[in-house]
Amino acid sequence: MSQATLRIQKISGHAGTVPGEDTQREFTVCKLVDTTTCIGCKACEVACVEWNDMPFSQTTFDNTYQTMPDTRWNYWNLILFNEHEREDGTLQWLMRKHQCMHCAEPGCLEACPADGAIVQYTNGVVDFQQDHCIGCGYCVTGCPFNIPKFNSVTKRMYKCSLCTDRVSQGLEPACIKSCPTGCLHFGSKDDMKFLAEKRAKQLREHFGYENAGVYDPPGVGGTGVIYVLHDATKPELYGGLPSNPTIPLAVKFWKHPLKWLGNIALVGGLIGLFAHYLRFGPKAHDEPDVASKEGD
Amino acid sequence: MSHQEQLLPHDRVLRYEFNERMNHWVAAGSFIYLMLTGLAFWSPWLFWIASALGGAELSRMLHPWIGLVFFVAVCYMFALWSRQMNFDSVDAQWWKSLHYYIQNQDDKMPPAGRYNAGQKLLFWSFFGGAILLLASGVVLWFTESLPWSLRWMRYISVVVHAGTALLLIGNFMIHIYMGVFAERGAFGSVIRGDVSLAFAKRYHPGWYKEIVANSNRPK
Repeated sequence: MSQATLRIQKISGHAGTVPGEDTQREFTVCKLVDTTTCIGCKACEVACVEWNDMPFSQTTFDNTYQTMPDTRWNYWNLILFNEHEREDGTLQWLMRKHQCMHCAEPGCLEACPADGAIVQYTNGVVDFQQDHCIGCGYCVTGCPFNIPKFNSVTKRMYKCSLCTDRVSQGLEPACIKSCPTGCLHFGSKDDMKFLAEKRAKQLREHFGYENAGVYDPPGVGGTGVIYVLHDATKPELYGGLPSNPTIPLAVKFWKHPLKWLGNIALVGGLIGLFAHYLRFGPKAHDEPDVASKEGD
Repeated sequence: MSHQEQLLPHDRVLRYEFNERMNHWVAAGSFIYLMLTGLAFWSPWLFWIASALGGAELSRMLHPWIGLVFFVAVCYMFALWSRQMNFDSVDAQWWKSLHYYIQNQDDKMPPAGRYNAGQKLLFWSFFGGAILLLASGVVLWFTESLPWSLRWMRYISVVVHAGTALLLIGNFMIHIYMGVFAERGAFGSVIRGDVSLAFAKRYHPGWYKEIVANSNRPK
């Protein structure tokens, strides 16, 4: 989103190497969301809209506390509510801050055909560059978390930028800044994982949440947003968080074996046809000797 | 069926009527645009094609509409030619003699009608391919409107669209090679409409016999 002074390590739809790759080492940044201390106040939603200068977005009332069913192109951060009935009949109210996960191996970037429309900075933030976006929507296909959203007026895709403009200046993202309970943390990935594991251990040992754990899915190389969950064995309960997200198999097949087989077949076909012409030349019905042999 | 006289003066034979030629070039023009813009989205190394054609945003916007033009042209081809494209017993022999065809020994080929078995296969693969490309293309056109629960349609579509396009580009290369380089007179037939007597007798003897039988010209 921003023209931040961050170094880039991955570029979508890019032929050749990444300029400046590996010239600078940075901490991988990470948001930690402790769902066990979230009170669902939505301060982070408001902070996100305010900081990113996004217009008022109409809310949907469907008998839940949720602002709207899903994120929008101009509403990047949404608390998902779920009233979960446990096996013993008691109710558990689950809330999860839903936004771009900033995957280490981003499916959106993998699927994107437009040069430079999606970049990953050396700090791990995955950012959409709308001035290079062509609005094809392939990032929607590539994302396992249903994050990129289309603006039908500008014909471009949008999502959480992890406040690159703030982060590049040494500030925390707006959502983190606004959190009143301290359930949101921001720092290096290593620090956040340490903190998350410590909290999960506390939940297991002192609060009776035997399955408490940290959500940092390895299928996408780990994420730049990690969660502490009361029950890490059932992430789906938290607004459909996938238990083992990966870049869709179809996208991997399309972008790797199919691409190489297709390229080899097309180039091989061109060479083959040229070789055929060199070996056999054109068909020769119009030459007098052939025509005369035909008779009638 | 009243038909146009196909035996023309100066030993020429009418092969393609005006509407056949016109439709062919609508399909050809749209296919070439679709292929070029599609290849631009296929590989970062070919993304420059989209820039050359007015920018990738424009390509993304026009590709689906031109795709509809291509589909309509292919449907009209179906209306014009599908009955002549049914495979018959000659075609079975034709495939067995394919190696002679490849080696340009066309005198050893079984007598093809208006279309030989290879041309029929090309027709049906373009027809089937156009349907697959349209079905998957519509999903990709409005990809962001598809609900999350139907995301499997996106997954199928990206693979089907790319895979079918690759097959059709392969067919297209063979078609261009045959029509422009290998068979002298074929390219002219789809521009001006006629071929030489020798061409008709050599490559489509069954068709030539029909024309003579249907001819109103005094022998």
